Amino acid sequence: MNSRPDLDSAHIAATDAPAIAMAAAVPPATLSASAPPKQMSILAHARYVISENPVTGIAFGLFLLITICAIFGPWIAPYDPLASNTMSALQAPSAKHWFGTDQLGRDILSRVMVAARLDMAIAVFSVALVFALGGLSGTAAGFFGGWTDRVVGRIADTIMAFPLFVLAMGIVAALGNTVTNIVIATAIINYPLYARVARAEANVRRDAGFVQAARLSGNGEFRILLTQILPNIMPIMVVQMSLTMGYAILNAAGLSFIGLGVRPPTPEWGIMVAEGASFIVSGEWWIAFFPGAALMLAVFCFNLLGDGLRDIVDPQRRT
Amino acid sequence: MLRQIGKRLATAIPSLIGVIIVTFLLTRVLPGDPAAYFAGPAATPQAIEDIRKSLGLDKSLPEQFVRYLQDLGKGDFGTSLTTGQPVASDIATRLPASAELTLLGLIISMLIAVPLGIAAAVRQGSIIDHVCRIVATAGVSLPVFFTGLLLVYVFYFILGWSPAPLGRLDIFYSAPPHVTGFYLIDSLIAGQFETFRAALSQLILPAATLAIFSLAPITRMTRASMLAVLSSDFVRTARASGLSPRSVIMTYAFRNAMLPVITTLGMVFSFLLGANVLVEKVFAWPGIGSYAIEALIASDFASVQGFVLTMAIMYVLLNLMIDMLYGVIDPRVRLEG
Amino acid sequence: MTATTLLDVRDLTVEFMTRRGIVKAVQHVNVTVGKGETVGIVGESGSGKSVTSYAVMRIIDRAGKIADGAITFSGIDVRDAPEKDMRDLRGREMSMIFQNPRAALNPIRKVGHQIEDVLLQHVQAQPSDAKEKAIEALKKVRIARPEERYHAYPFELSGGMCQRVVIALALACQPQLLIADEPTTGLDVTTQKAVMDLVVELTRERGMSTILITHDLGLAAAYCDRVVVMEKGKVVETAASSTIFKAPQHAYTRKLMRATPRLGVSLRDLLPEDAPPSHAPVPAPPEESLDKTPLLVVSNLVKEYPRQGATSTLANFFRKKDQLPVAEMFKAVDGISFEIRRGESVGLVGESGCGKSTTSMMVMRLLDPTSGMVTFDGEDIGAIPAKEFAKSPMRKRIQMVFQDPTDSLNPRFTAVRAIADPILRMSDIRGRDAVRARCEELARQVGLPIELLDRFPHQLSGGQKARVGIARAIALSPELVILDEPTAALDVSVQALVLNLLEDLKRSLGMSYLFVSHDLNVVRLLCDRVIVMRSGKIVEEGTAERVMDAPQSDYTKELLSAIPHPPL
Repeated sequence: MNSRPDLDSAHIAATDAPAIAMAAAVPPATLSASAPPKQMSILAHARYVISENPVTGIAFGLFLLITICAIFGPWIAPYDPLASNTMSALQAPSAKHWFGTDQLGRDILSRVMVAARLDMAIAVFSVALVFALGGLSGTAAGFFGGWTDRVVGRIADTIMAFPLFVLAMGIVAALGNTVTNIVIATAIINYPLYARVARAEANVRRDAGFVQAARLSGNGEFRILLTQILPNIMPIMVVQMSLTMGYAILNAAGLSFIGLGVRPPTPEWGIMVAEGASFIVSGEWWIAFFPGAALMLAVFCFNLLGDGLRDIVDPQRRT
Repeated sequence: MLRQIGKRLATAIPSLIGVIIVTFLLTRVLPGDPAAYFAGPAATPQAIEDIRKSLGLDKSLPEQFVRYLQDLGKGDFGTSLTTGQPVASDIATRLPASAELTLLGLIISMLIAVPLGIAAAVRQGSIIDHVCRIVATAGVSLPVFFTGLLLVYVFYFILGWSPAPLGRLDIFYSAPPHVTGFYLIDSLIAGQFETFRAALSQLILPAATLAIFSLAPITRMTRASMLAVLSSDFVRTARASGLSPRSVIMTYAFRNAMLPVITTLGMVFSFLLGANVLVEKVFAWPGIGSYAIEALIASDFASVQGFVLTMAIMYVLLNLMIDMLYGVIDPRVRLEG
Repeated sequence: MTATTLLDVRDLTVEFMTRRGIVKAVQHVNVTVGKGETVGIVGESGSGKSVTSYAVMRIIDRAGKIADGAITFSGIDVRDAPEKDMRDLRGREMSMIFQNPRAALNPIRKVGHQIEDVLLQHVQAQPSDAKEKAIEALKKVRIARPEERYHAYPFELSGGMCQRVVIALALACQPQLLIADEPTTGLDVTTQKAVMDLVVELTRERGMSTILITHDLGLAAAYCDRVVVMEKGKVVETAASSTIFKAPQHAYTRKLMRATPRLGVSLRDLLPEDAPPSHAPVPAPPEESLDKTPLLVVSNLVKEYPRQGATSTLANFFRKKDQLPVAEMFKAVDGISFEIRRGESVGLVGESGCGKSTTSMMVMRLLDPTSGMVTFDGEDIGAIPAKEFAKSPMRKRIQMVFQDPTDSLNPRFTAVRAIADPILRMSDIRGRDAVRARCEELARQVGLPIELLDRFPHQLSGGQKARVGIARAIALSPELVILDEPTAALDVSVQALVLNLLEDLKRSLGMSYLFVSHDLNVVRLLCDRVIVMRSGKIVEEGTAERVMDAPQSDYTKELLSAIPHPPL
């Protein structure tokens, strides 16, 4: 058989046709004829991404901090989050109580740390649930079209017809004030977004060249969905999951703030802000401030993480 | 054109049907026995049973649904357990308060967010760009109730610039004569400038809270959309033809960039209607949001139903208007539809 | 610079800031354009031809800057001129037309208003007569019914009409210099000729100078007075177009010239002079080697689509008053029949929208026909629905090489995984080592270096990706391979290599080809027989020589005459 590797290496052309448009603006980065360096492993690539963009590094650091609080909270908190001590109620932040104490004398720092567990748990479970339901049904709808598409579309449209937080209020009110129901409500209100994103991505790739090629290679439709479409959708879904973690936390906190969902004395960031709200007008700002700040940092962290994660997971960015 | 409007209205109908069904189902699942609550703590089981019959709660679910639909057709949303008034009139009374607040917040937000997004896209890498990006990322992370509380703390407690967050008007003032229900407009119509100032000063903080909340998604979308349009082929043609920067940015880039922003407005409205509820709690605002919270705590199912239904119908109509606005601006949608 | 020089680019260097540091897109480039002269700048992708023209107009991307050299236009120093002055020059003294004309127009603004904007900006019209002058401009570019087209939006116009509007925009203020950046790439060959003829006619009429930027040396030589050849940011040769083909001086120009498909050359001639000889078996004379039984028989194949939305609006917008309303169903393929014999290479030629891609999709069994039969080796494969064909044993006997090498490779699969896919699904080879060994053997066959097998598509060049696609297609030794414009997205020198590879593989593996293309020159080189399609029907059929040398249908004659003929 013929073998002419020397011919190709001697005549390696510049990059492909889309680069014609690019070349007008920015020339393709690999103009030289030499081979690019060996591929990095995922870990090395992760380190590279973090070093390039320090903000992503900060986001990762925050994420680690929150996760540690969530897992080890009860053990590393300085005080018992439920222990009330009316003698030291309403104390401003001090060396003894870094975040001050609330109206029942409970240490706010401890409560904030322990609350991380509940909020994170709610976020993780809702995201997992909505990814499973929305991501998979949306992908199937986009890829197969027909009835699957119509049914998924109807469900998403019905949910989207409501202002989402209002719907969550209604669901939790109807089903009962429990953490499980907050998770369910959050999953339901995020379903349309996931289903739409997954559907759009699957639809674009439905007749892409490589999918047609997979059909030519003897792959059945279901196999194509699992091995070709889903892995290509994953980077976008991962970014979406990270952002939804943020929404889920805000949603749960919002519901708790208006009295739906988590009940006192359970420490949860939203409830703590609600408890501290009435003290703001009299100047005891720390009761509401620190849990609110924790909320903000957590959501901020997940938003930034989403971008960083996408850079890592997508092999197109791997050099 | 009329046919287009008719077609769009038609697509809204399935949504409305879905909303009505879901709302009905949700509120029938509410815990607590409305009949017992209505009858009072001293009522006999027989009295409770009578009340249950009169409310129609003893019938089967499909029968209740038909009766519910009939009532809706008459504009009857039921009677509130807590106020004793028809829910429809309760909502009508309280709606203007929420609407005034939300509209003001949205207007302030757009007046800041859109120019900010455009400036950030046109001057990429500058200070404005960084400010815009920070606002967008931070704004999305701020819990709306937290923002409200912070504003109260800074502007009321520390600076003393704002009045106490106790509702639409200070107790020294009385509401202007009712024309629209919007205190700002009504007081101007009646020439009561003092009332206008008072109403405005109560409005500023909650409206600012909502504005801050909706700033982030709008400015982020404006910036992203402008960036995409500015690097498009037709803007390159406009530049190559020597058109002035103002013409390129406003006539060519901006109008195209606004299309995705208008679509985003629908999503922003959804968030705003939800955030409304939280803001009304923080500022003790007598709107439908706080009405709903009271109703939920009391398991007042008619009120909750009325609230969810009203919000959803408003939202469907808002989306309809956005669709039509989009059609006005984008001829591709108009002519291909 | 002489008295008749309009544009003088001297020692130009343009740099870009990228993630990998500073990249010199263009280095020490010299180009002059005289008054009334048409100069072609030719190069493959990455040659810097477009960047040079963007520098002349000073519309380079933010990340780039003119690092060195001088650009003088009509006595004005372009490099240091204030931006306000440049804006006056752009559109009024020098203007540009681009590739992809529909995208170059504002989608939500009427084309008439867009022309008015340019006229008003450069004070070539007052608000009172702007509309009249805009319609005038549309008339000049030979658009029919200009008063109606004034009110049209770009999405309502065809590609060719959009390009005319773009030309009208560029010429509205009667500039001295027109820069045309790949203006015909992506357009049908007949539209291409119409656009080029129009540009040449209008510019000659007004004594304008033109710069034509293209990757097609033949096009440049046919329409330009002088040709500048660029490679990797540098000018390698400048010569009159009459000499560039006859006596190219530089090695790169020679390679480019050789690789350009044209009349009178064979497939081997496209390769550079120093290419090693092919080892593939020499083909036996046609009559003896071909089996009598046809491999593929297509009879009365029809594919219909329901018309909807823009298509019917458009169609009804353009129909004349006495024509009947357009039918509800659109026939992409309207009853065609042909056959392919073993070892034969058949070309399916036509312009966009003629139905050739739809036909190939149906033969491939990726699409179900509305009616008609597709018979392969005696079996009716048209009866098996497309969704189930993947499981049929016939699947591995018919394979395809796709047009876009990037789109046809899964971005998450390495090259070896992509090639292995058919092997894993449809062959008996099992076990990592055996599969790997087979992939390496295929890589050698298609000339892909083994070390590239573990790379992802975004790390491979266009030519390398094309080879991966070919290796995958021949993995199970199919009998029929459909090639859907396999080299359309490749540089011309890479195209030469890939076409020769395809020919060698065909002979070594004894395959038949259905070669779908719009490029008649390429089809002549590779195919034994040619079928010409138009509007879903076959208008001509015959051996390649007969159809190309003595066409019988008017449409074929039109297609052939539209091919630019470089002076030889």
